[in-house]
Amino acid sequence: MAAKVINVDGADHTLDAAPDMPLLYALRDDLGLNNPKFGCGVAQCGACMVLIGGVPTFSCVTPLADVSGPITTIAGIGEPGALHPIQQAYIDEATPQCGYCISGWMLRAVALLKEIPRPTDNDIREAFAGLKCRCGTHMAIMRAVKRAAGLAP
Amino acid sequence: MSDAPKSPRLSRRALLVGGGLLVVSVGALAGPQLVSMLSAGQRPPLVPDELDSFIAIDRSGAVTAFAGVMDVGHGLTLALRQIVAEELDAPLARVAVVMGDTARTVNQGGASGSGGVQSCGMVLRSIAAEARRLLLERAAARFSVAVGDLTVADAIVSAGKRSVAYGDLVGEGYFNSKLEWNGEIGRRLQSKGQATPKSPSEYRIVGRSAPRDDLAPRVVGDFQYVTDVKVPGMLHGRMIRPPVAGAVPTSVDEASIAHLSSARIVRREGFLGVVAEREWDAIRASRELKVSWSNVESPFPPYDTLYDHIAAAPDVERTVEKSVGDVAAAFSRAARVVEARYEWPFQSHACMGPACAVVEIKNGRATVWTGTQKPHFAAEGVAAALEMPLDKVRAIWALGPGSYGRNDSGDAAIDAAFLAKAVGKPVRVQGMRHEGHGWDPKGPASVHTARAALDRNNRIIAYQILNKGFSRRDIEFNEAKLEHSLAGQLMGLPLLAAPAFSVQDEEYAFPNMELAWATIAPLLDRASPLRTAHLRDPCGPNNNFASESFFDEVALAAGADPIAFRLAHMTDERHMAVLRAAAERARWTPRRRPYRRASGGTLAGRGFAYSRGHGAIVAIIADVEVDARTGRVWPRRFTVAHECGQIINPSGLALCIEGNVVQAASRALFEEVTFDRNAVTSVDWATYPILEMPDAPEAIDIVTLDRPELPPGGAGEPATRPVAAALANAIFDATGVRLRRAPFSPARVLAALSGERRSTSPA
Repeated sequence: MAAKVINVDGADHTLDAAPDMPLLYALRDDLGLNNPKFGCGVAQCGACMVLIGGVPTFSCVTPLADVSGPITTIAGIGEPGALHPIQQAYIDEATPQCGYCISGWMLRAVALLKEIPRPTDNDIREAFAGLKCRCGTHMAIMRAVKRAAGLAP
Repeated sequence: MSDAPKSPRLSRRALLVGGGLLVVSVGALAGPQLVSMLSAGQRPPLVPDELDSFIAIDRSGAVTAFAGVMDVGHGLTLALRQIVAEELDAPLARVAVVMGDTARTVNQGGASGSGGVQSCGMVLRSIAAEARRLLLERAAARFSVAVGDLTVADAIVSAGKRSVAYGDLVGEGYFNSKLEWNGEIGRRLQSKGQATPKSPSEYRIVGRSAPRDDLAPRVVGDFQYVTDVKVPGMLHGRMIRPPVAGAVPTSVDEASIAHLSSARIVRREGFLGVVAEREWDAIRASRELKVSWSNVESPFPPYDTLYDHIAAAPDVERTVEKSVGDVAAAFSRAARVVEARYEWPFQSHACMGPACAVVEIKNGRATVWTGTQKPHFAAEGVAAALEMPLDKVRAIWALGPGSYGRNDSGDAAIDAAFLAKAVGKPVRVQGMRHEGHGWDPKGPASVHTARAALDRNNRIIAYQILNKGFSRRDIEFNEAKLEHSLAGQLMGLPLLAAPAFSVQDEEYAFPNMELAWATIAPLLDRASPLRTAHLRDPCGPNNNFASESFFDEVALAAGADPIAFRLAHMTDERHMAVLRAAAERARWTPRRRPYRRASGGTLAGRGFAYSRGHGAIVAIIADVEVDARTGRVWPRRFTVAHECGQIINPSGLALCIEGNVVQAASRALFEEVTFDRNAVTSVDWATYPILEMPDAPEAIDIVTLDRPELPPGGAGEPATRPVAAALANAIFDATGVRLRRAPFSPARVLAALSGERRSTSPA
């Protein structure tokens, strides 16, 4: 065990945890966050996604020791009353079904829109490769990203 | 997915579950003196013949409906709110729904058979109308006027200039009003009052799109899934499944996890788990514990012999479900006979997250938090695991990480119960990815043989299909009994496979027809990673892939356009309207042979399929592009015509249909549970791929046909059914190659295309 300070959604936290423990368990079990989620543990789905220094990162395979930079979860990209455009678009398009997967999609969308403010369909398709949504809400996700980009869905 | 027992197996008393509810003798409350005793102070028991079991109105006028079903993501909550608000004349925003808590809802069967609106919604419609009737009766008495002189709007009853709010009519009391109950629990539960629900012409809320207003917590990460439940003192558990299906642990080396100080081992026969204070330690313990397993014979045949095994295995049961005319005689006078065989693989629920459950045992009572679709039945299973009376066990449903039938949630609930009991502390258990894929109950693999006889005028005079496969019901569709849980089976309870499959339900009027199913024995008669249970639209995609692919094959043989050929064999206008709606919307042009429209290495085509099931009629046209170099099939566009009777929420329905179509396209194009001689080998998203964004359609164009005069049908599953056949027919249209085995993965498509090239190339 070693003390480790991480910054999550703007707040510092001191952790006493094994350095090889994936970040996901620090967020969920040490900090008690309800997101991100455990989906696969092998970086194949995106349910565990966080931004580290603005970069979408699979927290389920990121050892605590490797974390350097501020962490942002979907709770940190906006808040009730001041939602991020992708959060608002998710509501407006009624995108989630079970919603368990949304950390991956929304955080990849945040990064995509920062890099390409007006993405094409192909930009969106490529940016989301590797992410899973088992309920099959892909069409609504596509509409939400376009809406968040200010494009007609 | 109809699940309800034919008669109530629970005693009436057993329905009065724990959770601090007042338990009173039902007999003492019966009697006419209680009818319409609005505002009586005592809450009646939670039984299906009490109005208060379904509807509550508080002093502020807030309405709560209590539903023994679950919203697994389609917006059922909103649809039920619309139905209740409509009948009560209450503002939609003031109506909430409580679901799936055994202490607060009666057993209406859980999420089952696309029945949320069809069964629970109709019960709530009737009871909400009855609540309104009682409130008006009360208001009439208060104002000394006739009920007919009252008007109601937004939960306020008016008589001329005088008015009173529902909240003031109810006060702190209860309705204490009896309902007429049919004596059933589960899906077949029917309870109603004296009131007649509104005529659809009076609707202001039902039939109109209403926005989902429950999504904000999810998008800010503040929504509590079952995986997020935390109980003080809770330990984390992980299960350890055998590496060879059927093996049991013979010894465990406790020293191998001694370095994880809080880790403990729970072992009971084949049931083996670990618990630890930290989740990561539980995961490490489950990986690092050294276990010796019994030597057992490899249980499974080579995977590439699966369909031959199914075809050759003796029947456990064979049932002719539908028989019309004299099929044998008609075949004997056929001008032509068309025959084909189709194959559908085992498929996994493969939910976004492996299942999770939390069990706490405290002061002689137990609570299970579960993502199951059947919390009332889960309470029974947990009671059995804990050897506690049912009325001491409360199940609280919380949304799980995906839910498409009897998945791994039911097993997690029972695992958590045994772990919590063994260690004397609350336990949260969640599977790892390889368990979610590898050990969830599966949808069955099957082989379908189809034959059709054509007369000289190219009309079908006889039609015969046999659907033969593993049963869809190796375990019950709920976890009420331990023999139907993985834990129970690992402890030695046998797999009690009930022979069950089904037949096609398309509305074709053939003069001679036989539709039958047969099941074969499971490959392993105890805890099996291939045990089957209901997966979304059980057997629907299997059967419809066969019959609606076959219809196109027969149409081709007859030289007829596939849609026109179907319509020529139908008489039911309701069904024909749906087929025509899809054809018109997609601007279908008649085709009598594959188009093979090529552009570079890409072949484009379109295909049609239709289905009836779960109270809905669906017709789908798929437009695909097939990359002849890679075998990749892109389901570029779907046009869907969907008729499910009365529509409650058009925008919610459209989203539900979209999810069905995309998930079904994933199942048709990618999904296949594979195994070697010892175990399931499709254990993650790399070995069990599903549709991802690059393969998502460009558009799903939906036409819904509203029939407000009809009762609502289902929407949670019906659009799943015809997708595979529509895709297979479109691939044939594009390539001239008929795929009779699902999924249509790139490798399989490529192999089929190269086979075609070989067979057509000059010698």
